[in-house]
Amino acid sequence: MSTNNLSYNDQGGSDSAVEVGQETTPTSSNAGAGFGLFSTNFKKNDDLKEMLESNKDSLKLDAMKRIIALIAKGKNASELFPAVVKNVASKNIELKKLVYVYLVRYAEEQQDLALLSISTFQRALKDPNQLIRASALRVLSSIRVPIIVPIMMLAIKEAASDMSPYVRKTSAHAIQKLYSLDPDQKEHLIEVIDKLLKDKSTLVAGSVVMAFEEVCPDRIDLIHKNYRKLCNLLVDVEEWGQVVIITMLTRYARTQFTSPWKEDGLFDENSETAFYESDEKKTKNGDEKKSYMMDPDHRLLLRNTKPLLQSRNTAVVVSVAQLYWHLAPKHEVGVITKSLVRLLRSHREVQYVVLQNIATMSIQRKGMFEPYMKSFYVRSTDATHIKSLKLEILTSLANEANISTILREFQTYVKSQDKQFAAGTIQAIGRCATNISEVTDTCLQGLVLLLSNRDETVVAESVVVIKKLLQTQPTQHSDIIKHMAKLFDNIAVPMARASILWLMGEYCERVPQIAPDVLRKMAKSFTSEEDIVKLQTVNLAAKLYLTNSKQTKLLTQYILNLGKYDQNYDIRDRTRFIRQLIVPNEKSGALGKYARRILLAPKPAPVLESTYKDRDRYQLGTLSHTINTKASGYLELSDWPAVAPDQSVRNVEVIEPVKEWAPSLGKTGKSKLSKSSDDKFYSDSGEEKEKGSGSSSSEDSSSEESSSEAESDEEKSSSQSSEESDKSSSQSEKSSSESDSEQKKTTKKPPQKKTVKPTAKDRSYLLPIVCGPGERLHGFVSKQVPVSLSLFSLCILTPCPLSCAALLLQVSGPAFVPEKSHDLLHRMTGKGLSAQYQFPRQPCLYQPTMVSVQISLTNTTDHPLEQIHIGDRDPTGLDMHCFNAIECLLPEASVTVSLGVDFNDSTQAANFQLCTKEDQFSVSIQPAVGELFLPATMTEQDFRKEQGKLLGMNESSATITMAAENTTRQPISRQVATVANLGVVPSGQDNIHRFAGKTASSGALVLVTVELRELSAALITINTEKSVMGPMLLRDLKPFQEPKAKMNELP
Amino acid sequence: MINSLFLINPSGEIFLEKHWKSVVSRSVCDYFLEAKEKALEPEDVPPVIHTPHHYLISIYRDKLFFLSVIQTEVPPLFVIEFLHRVAEMIQDYFGECSETVVKDHMVMVYELLEEMLDNGFPLATESNVLKEMIRPPTILRSVVNTLTGTSNVGDTLPTGQPSTIPWRRAGVRYTNNEAYFDVVEEIDAILDQSGTTVFAEIQGVVEACVKLSGMPDLTLSFMNPRLLDDVSFHPCVRYKLWESERVLSFIPPDGNFTLMTYHVNAQNLVAIPVYVKQSISFFECGSDGRLDVTVGPKQTMGKTVEGVMVTVHLPKTILSINLTATQGSYTYDNGTKLLVWDIGKLNPQKLPNLRGSLSLQAGAPKPEENPSLNIDLNIQQLAISGLKVNRLDMFGEKYKPFKGVKYITKAGKFQVRT
Repeated sequence: MSTNNLSYNDQGGSDSAVEVGQETTPTSSNAGAGFGLFSTNFKKNDDLKEMLESNKDSLKLDAMKRIIALIAKGKNASELFPAVVKNVASKNIELKKLVYVYLVRYAEEQQDLALLSISTFQRALKDPNQLIRASALRVLSSIRVPIIVPIMMLAIKEAASDMSPYVRKTSAHAIQKLYSLDPDQKEHLIEVIDKLLKDKSTLVAGSVVMAFEEVCPDRIDLIHKNYRKLCNLLVDVEEWGQVVIITMLTRYARTQFTSPWKEDGLFDENSETAFYESDEKKTKNGDEKKSYMMDPDHRLLLRNTKPLLQSRNTAVVVSVAQLYWHLAPKHEVGVITKSLVRLLRSHREVQYVVLQNIATMSIQRKGMFEPYMKSFYVRSTDATHIKSLKLEILTSLANEANISTILREFQTYVKSQDKQFAAGTIQAIGRCATNISEVTDTCLQGLVLLLSNRDETVVAESVVVIKKLLQTQPTQHSDIIKHMAKLFDNIAVPMARASILWLMGEYCERVPQIAPDVLRKMAKSFTSEEDIVKLQTVNLAAKLYLTNSKQTKLLTQYILNLGKYDQNYDIRDRTRFIRQLIVPNEKSGALGKYARRILLAPKPAPVLESTYKDRDRYQLGTLSHTINTKASGYLELSDWPAVAPDQSVRNVEVIEPVKEWAPSLGKTGKSKLSKSSDDKFYSDSGEEKEKGSGSSSSEDSSSEESSSEAESDEEKSSSQSSEESDKSSSQSEKSSSESDSEQKKTTKKPPQKKTVKPTAKDRSYLLPIVCGPGERLHGFVSKQVPVSLSLFSLCILTPCPLSCAALLLQVSGPAFVPEKSHDLLHRMTGKGLSAQYQFPRQPCLYQPTMVSVQISLTNTTDHPLEQIHIGDRDPTGLDMHCFNAIECLLPEASVTVSLGVDFNDSTQAANFQLCTKEDQFSVSIQPAVGELFLPATMTEQDFRKEQGKLLGMNESSATITMAAENTTRQPISRQVATVANLGVVPSGQDNIHRFAGKTASSGALVLVTVELRELSAALITINTEKSVMGPMLLRDLKPFQEPKAKMNELP
Repeated sequence: MINSLFLINPSGEIFLEKHWKSVVSRSVCDYFLEAKEKALEPEDVPPVIHTPHHYLISIYRDKLFFLSVIQTEVPPLFVIEFLHRVAEMIQDYFGECSETVVKDHMVMVYELLEEMLDNGFPLATESNVLKEMIRPPTILRSVVNTLTGTSNVGDTLPTGQPSTIPWRRAGVRYTNNEAYFDVVEEIDAILDQSGTTVFAEIQGVVEACVKLSGMPDLTLSFMNPRLLDDVSFHPCVRYKLWESERVLSFIPPDGNFTLMTYHVNAQNLVAIPVYVKQSISFFECGSDGRLDVTVGPKQTMGKTVEGVMVTVHLPKTILSINLTATQGSYTYDNGTKLLVWDIGKLNPQKLPNLRGSLSLQAGAPKPEENPSLNIDLNIQQLAISGLKVNRLDMFGEKYKPFKGVKYITKAGKFQVRT
């Protein structure tokens, strides 16, 4: 019924059909204009519109497909927007997808109408299916409408803490889109980036680093803490992400490590052990480094990228190659050669880029590619640009040993039908001849032979090259000059003619008979020559006039007269200049005396060098390198720092001193301290560092601000924090005074939330300055921890990675604390020192990702033990918060200390050394899987919802039998709680018991359901993203209940 | 990253465009078309073109130009590699990559492109992941679709655990469980006039077709892995195990994929399976020349050489040719001056020969260089390097799969200079 015509009329007359009228406005105007010319087009879209308004999905789908086909062909389909946008909420998934595709394309042009669809996406953002959430965010963020920036911001923030890594990946992409839409959001986006950088999922890593590169590539400080993680994840990241991460890490490494190139060969492969000593030495000796020690992190990067040379993705291979080229010690760069040569088998375009990179490399390091020289032989089927690149490389590789092989190969090329290529080969021969003096004569003779070639380009090129070669050693080659003079009549290429003329002039005294004759011929044909030839003729005339004026005086006069009236002003100018210079008259000044010395000055030989000579100013593998100009957005690779910035910034295990260092000291202290310590640590990069700390202070203050007001309105806090950060970054002085006052405030009322504020970032800046290398081992310990601290605030204030659950859930206190303690160190092996550990099941106060462990140390000897502390740990990356060194433990005394260990959600034992003043004991803490959780409280409803998202591979279940009296709530809760630190979820049904928790390190949800079946059977179901932990926990839960059940069956 | 993509046919018509960020007017392609005009062959168009506001990176493949528009610094190989993936994806979905195919499946290609990139950054490029999101067309399904009006996009979205193994989808089921591996070796060689090897090397690739249910974990080992000098793997291969034990251990993608490519370290001691006796000469006076080519088997390890084909790019000045072949047939395209002699199987008793006269355009000078011959051939049941698969073991699943290995040797870039 609602054909377009009808609604068109409606719009004219009635108020009742406002909606319909609105929707058709664009079309109606179009219709008005397009009666004549565009009528067919109008008709077509008209029936599409009708189809879209039908209530059959198949018709709509058909219409959408046709519309998308129009878009794909580049035709304009924007007037259908109103009809299309109505279908955004369709139930049909394919239809919906097509509508999304359409929206993304046209929303920018139809902003007002696009807003109609926003609510649909907002709803979809809450969908249980991760793919729908992700695609909703994708489309929402792709709608480039400035009005919805706040909505996008909110959606991104939410998605950044989504359960699904796929959604988090999408949010990383959305960051870039929002940034390009509204660069003012930068500060907030950086916060999200910082959060996502901490993400441990390989899926997210590539995308977030991409966002980092686009939004804030200068915020290298955000990388420190994540550096090792990125290195370790790298192999498992998808290939595109690998490229981005490797490029970023190359840049990072150049700012953080010292050059491995200075004293090559001296460096120690296993520098890990010597790590601390070298550190100390460096600080003592300052710049005066005796031997180079590679930073273990530098080594880590090189080691972890090497396997990627075997990637099938050529972009990955080249990015690793450039990383090695820019970062590896010279003698290790060789490993990339084979892989690069392998890429030459790939597509033509790949070859092109790879050859360019090899060309740049081969100039500096011939040896790398020399064994593979034959791989660069040219085939007649190669494309022109490939051929010339191969020539370039062959020329660079030429040396005394292989030159004969290369020249033989070049001989084949010179004969090529591709004359451009043949000309290129001649130039290459010329370069070889100048570089390798042994073959200069051979080359020259070969080139002279080419002068009789039938092809003009070849001859011309030969002449030019010969000219250059002769210049380098002009004494003994008058034969060649004579030969060329003979050929002169037959050569038509201007460049070649000009070259010969120049040669004649330059060496006219060696060919006194021929030169005037050539000049005579030129005088005849002067008017018909090209400009470049004319110029050289004038030059030749001038030179001959000076050396042999008897024979050539008249000729010169004649040529100068011709030149005087030439059409080209360059030639007129030159003629005038020459005349004044050489022909003596009363006006000619002092210059005339020097004419001979000016014109016949010995000229330096031209250097024939590669066009790739200075390409290495660009990072290899980049677009800028390929086009040899700085592409927009190119990030300069910095030089190595003379002194390495502090390495400990990358230590992830450092923990903020809760008490000794008042929280706000971090802020004030930073700028001051870094200044004062400049001379010590940052003698060279002091200025840069200061800048960095300045900006970081602003970052800190903003994060602090927003975190302290996390519960309050999001909008408000963000605007405040940006204000705050503006202030502090513009005037660091002011900000420090501000925070001074704040410090007073906080010290007044310490047991408040603010006391735990120093975030990871704070720490990273605080520690390098505060702790000297020796101190690090002891760590910082809180002697008193604010007890009134609410756990909830802790989980919000601290940036915990994967804190998806944090927003949803509160962490509750443990339901049950097992008394059981385990032996850490037996008193026999510990020479009298005995240690036991237990899991107090309290959230760790040092860092939320850690599991707290209580260790009770007892001295069973009869003498006091001194200096009990924790020494080396294994895996070196183990994130552990040590206790303060115990100065002295009296005989028979015991003391309990607490420890935080980030087990990284695995049951791998944490190994470390417990040291006393005299001894060291290797000990290990082996956590049961149940201890890696923190209990969480949630409603039954939430529980079901979350469970719904964690099906399939994330679910593990088993059926067990249990005794009848154990089937009530209490014993079951008790039993589960004994095994695992989980919270009880209130349940409406009597036969189903639910427990919830999250893993300490990554915050992944763990949901346990015990469903009682008939008789004594029970079904245990565990849902968790951590597919390893699920079955482990199940295994732990099973035996616990089974034996009991069996016992009860006995008579 | 990648801003837009244009598909352009050899005559310069833009028949598909896709934008991942703001729309870039297609007039940007003019710079490219200009460069294309300048180039003699489509292959000679420079892959990277610098325009005032954009950078154009293009590939030429299957008689199509894939042109991407870039606005900021990005590794060029990143883009090139991606464009090739797009071409491979089209090939994978529709059986071939050509203008007609793309035009026939415009909407689906467009949807695929939408899935492959998000904001110009690759999102899903693994064929298995894509196929879960957008099902490839099959004859049966297209019939069903037209009858019932259903579509290629599933009613249920895949639960899509973009799992830790992105290249394999969950829940694969086959009634016949099979795993086939093709070891394909290509000889790249340049022989000079006298038949001496200027340069030769062997490049190999292991292509796999794995149709196994569930999550099989395969281990493939070679008899002589030391032969392999340089390797590159599909991401599924565990590199650590290769480093330590020289075995390929992997959870395979479903269907066809390239497991590994390798280079054989033979130090020029490559067996060249054929020899070519040729003489091409042009007479100094008169516009005439002669061509005489004979191909014979050389080091074939007792196998027959099949599919022999000789391709010659004759000089531009050739006017016409008059040849006779003792075996097979030849075709000659006077426009491109391309001579193709399709020989087929080599018979050692009776060597195939092609001879006859070439006539040059009147007055044209004698060509400077004789054209080189490109040889094509294949040898079944032989890996010329001697590489042998030892065994294939499967873990993780209980059924017994059918396993098969095939060897084949081909000529790669095999060129004889004359």
